[in-house]
Amino acid sequence: MLNLKLKDLYSAFRDPKTIRALAGEINKEALKLKEPLYIMEVCGGHTHTIMKYGLKQLLPRSIEFIHGPGCPVCIMPKERIDHAIALANVENAILLTLGDMIRVPGSKTSLAEERSHGCDIRALYSPVDAIKVAEENPDKKVIFFAIGFETTTPMTAALLQMVEKKKLTNLYFHINHVLVPPAIEAIMQDGQAKINAFIGPSHVSVISGAKIYLPLPEKYNTPVSVSGFEPVDVMQAILMIVKQKNENRAEVEIQYSRAVSLEGNTKAQKLIEHYMQPRGHFRWRGIGDIADSALELREQYSKYDAEKVFADILPTEPIDDHKLCICGTILKGLAKPNDCKVFGTACTPKTPLGSCMVSSEGACNAYYRFGEI
Amino acid sequence: MKTIQLSHGGGGEETNDLISDLFYKHFSNEILLKAEDAAILHINETIAFTTDSFTVSPIFFKGGDIGKLAIAGTVNDLAMMGAKPLYLSSSFIIEEGFSFKELERIVITMKNELAKSGAKIVCGDTKVVPKGSLDKIFINTAGIGALKTDGISAHNIQEGDAIIVSRDFGRHGATILAAREGIELDSDLESDCETLWPAVEALINSGIKVNALRDATRGGLAAVLNEWALSSNVCIEVEEEKLPVCDEVQGICEMLGFEAYDFANEGTFILSVSKDDVEKVLDVLKEFDFSSNATYIGSVTNEKPKKVILHSAWGSRRYLELPKGELLPRIC
Amino acid sequence: MCLSIPSKIIEIDEDNNATVDTMGVKRQVSLDLMGDDVGVGDYILIHVGFAMNKIDEKDALDSLELYAEIVEKMEEEEKRQLIEDEKVNGEAREAPLGDDNCSNRGQS
Repeated sequence: MLNLKLKDLYSAFRDPKTIRALAGEINKEALKLKEPLYIMEVCGGHTHTIMKYGLKQLLPRSIEFIHGPGCPVCIMPKERIDHAIALANVENAILLTLGDMIRVPGSKTSLAEERSHGCDIRALYSPVDAIKVAEENPDKKVIFFAIGFETTTPMTAALLQMVEKKKLTNLYFHINHVLVPPAIEAIMQDGQAKINAFIGPSHVSVISGAKIYLPLPEKYNTPVSVSGFEPVDVMQAILMIVKQKNENRAEVEIQYSRAVSLEGNTKAQKLIEHYMQPRGHFRWRGIGDIADSALELREQYSKYDAEKVFADILPTEPIDDHKLCICGTILKGLAKPNDCKVFGTACTPKTPLGSCMVSSEGACNAYYRFGEI
Repeated sequence: MKTIQLSHGGGGEETNDLISDLFYKHFSNEILLKAEDAAILHINETIAFTTDSFTVSPIFFKGGDIGKLAIAGTVNDLAMMGAKPLYLSSSFIIEEGFSFKELERIVITMKNELAKSGAKIVCGDTKVVPKGSLDKIFINTAGIGALKTDGISAHNIQEGDAIIVSRDFGRHGATILAAREGIELDSDLESDCETLWPAVEALINSGIKVNALRDATRGGLAAVLNEWALSSNVCIEVEEEKLPVCDEVQGICEMLGFEAYDFANEGTFILSVSKDDVEKVLDVLKEFDFSSNATYIGSVTNEKPKKVILHSAWGSRRYLELPKGELLPRIC
Repeated sequence: MCLSIPSKIIEIDEDNNATVDTMGVKRQVSLDLMGDDVGVGDYILIHVGFAMNKIDEKDALDSLELYAEIVEKMEEEEKRQLIEDEKVNGEAREAPLGDDNCSNRGQS
């Protein structure tokens, strides 16, 4: 008979002694490293954990973090935010989105600003709530601005399934779902990036399976550890990476095996497959255009697709970030936030110029707020 | 169902009826019943004066309502300066169609909350605005208190002081958030909303020198500590492990990606006192239900002036920053 | 996209929604992304209103056991260190603690 309490799933993975013990193990193991480790933690959630728990301070100098593009809010290019703003301004429209998308500035204004001018813009806690909004406002066009990586994509697909079931005709989808592997690929393929190990996004893998990272060790000879989000998880993942390096191995290992399998959630995968297909191109803020790195609704669901239904009012010109912004270089690990000329002056969390400053998971934002004590 | 009409704010007979049947009935005291244009007050001491407006939604929540907030909020602002709350004004701005019964419920809550500090409402005003101009009801209260001690100030925090928090924090913010439309979380969590004067009075009477005192309302613990660090040009170092947060508040934070120290409180205060007085302060606070679990959380140093540093139990440190922007749930 | 915390299923209704408990807070989540192998008492991960998967309890317990071993090893070493006089590991970047530099905090 197993005896695991819910509380164990939090407290045990935040236990100070375990964190200290793992730090000790890492420091011992790191003495054997032949070269410095540049670990990219792709996911914004991991960046948050590293910053919030001050994990970097427990590690030897031979281990550096490079904060990846894994924050769906940060990588949203300005022209897509302008889409949201244009949609919010459609006559009789209600625009719905998740979380801090509301705050992020597009080329001229943000959704928060548009809301103060009288647009009906609402932050949802769950995509399901969109159903209620659509049912309560049958005379309004309700548009769901869907954001997120593989983790959040199935929820959008499930929402569309509900819309079909309920035969709702006033709920539209503006799909901005992006994929992790092509983004990692884009950062690695020009050969400049310093990155020589990865902490793999794990809630992405809860859905897609850890199998999506299998090409990385093969192509780039980098260890990958798919890690949970508690500080103990991240420390253990780092230890696993250091051991791989010292044993001359490059494999995908799953630290977060209590939640992640190689195959992932096949029901969710099928649901995504049913409603969505790869999109030819998507411009990532800070990285640029990456082929097949995002999803769109399949042809047969065009009547729900806000990009098709409202095509004539959506701007199409790409909008680049400020010339001085070096987010792209930071994402490759070739520069640190404080190497940027506008960091902390023209570019702050209140007035972000580039993707890494946009949301609390971005590298520049985290540096700005938590600083190096 | 009896509702508030525009005529109730018209200054005529209906207004008079509302005032006498509701406000005078529950707030009754000599000064108020004189019904003059202004209350005449005789105070021979130095006074503290404050004002606050209350716009909470939902207006009724677990552990209180807008009326309780309107009294406790203003009374606490006086108490935090070391002033005994004496006289309050109370202005109601009410949306046409608001239920009379709910208004009465709010007024009765206010009366009961006043009794805890002995303060009186001595003047007031009522406005009724057309439906849709505001959400149900706003209340403004201003208050006057008699200063019972000097030297309590955000500018008086000394290096070597100890920082104490009166109870577990984040309850009010978490309660309001959980009740918000679209979140709908169910828990036993209640707002900490409470009149704090009795504890402050006991501290003053005990003769303990309190350097700074503040209730951690909007912006929570994070805002107070940062303001203090700035005002007194000191560094405040807090041990994360010692920060008292109840399970439910922690759960809501985990779910939505917030931090309990950013959440508003309405009956939680923070003190800065000499290290030597910590035990004495805790002994005094133990006597009151709302501060029976007061905790020492950190100390004042000169490590990084104007900054607040959080220490983890495993030896790492980070800055505790001011909350920014509206509280939006993180999704990543 | 990682805000997702373990919760316990308390109830499942006929619409395939579950009531879950997270540290004493209850809410409704959809089980539409879950297979049939999920039931009351299970621990699940939730993300924006949906259950994503079940947490493998045995696996979690195995982790906890492993951590207990690592901690035990550390504590033994620390005791030895105390006896041998403290040596600071120069490689480690220790953040100096404030006034409470208590190396045996939490030791029972």
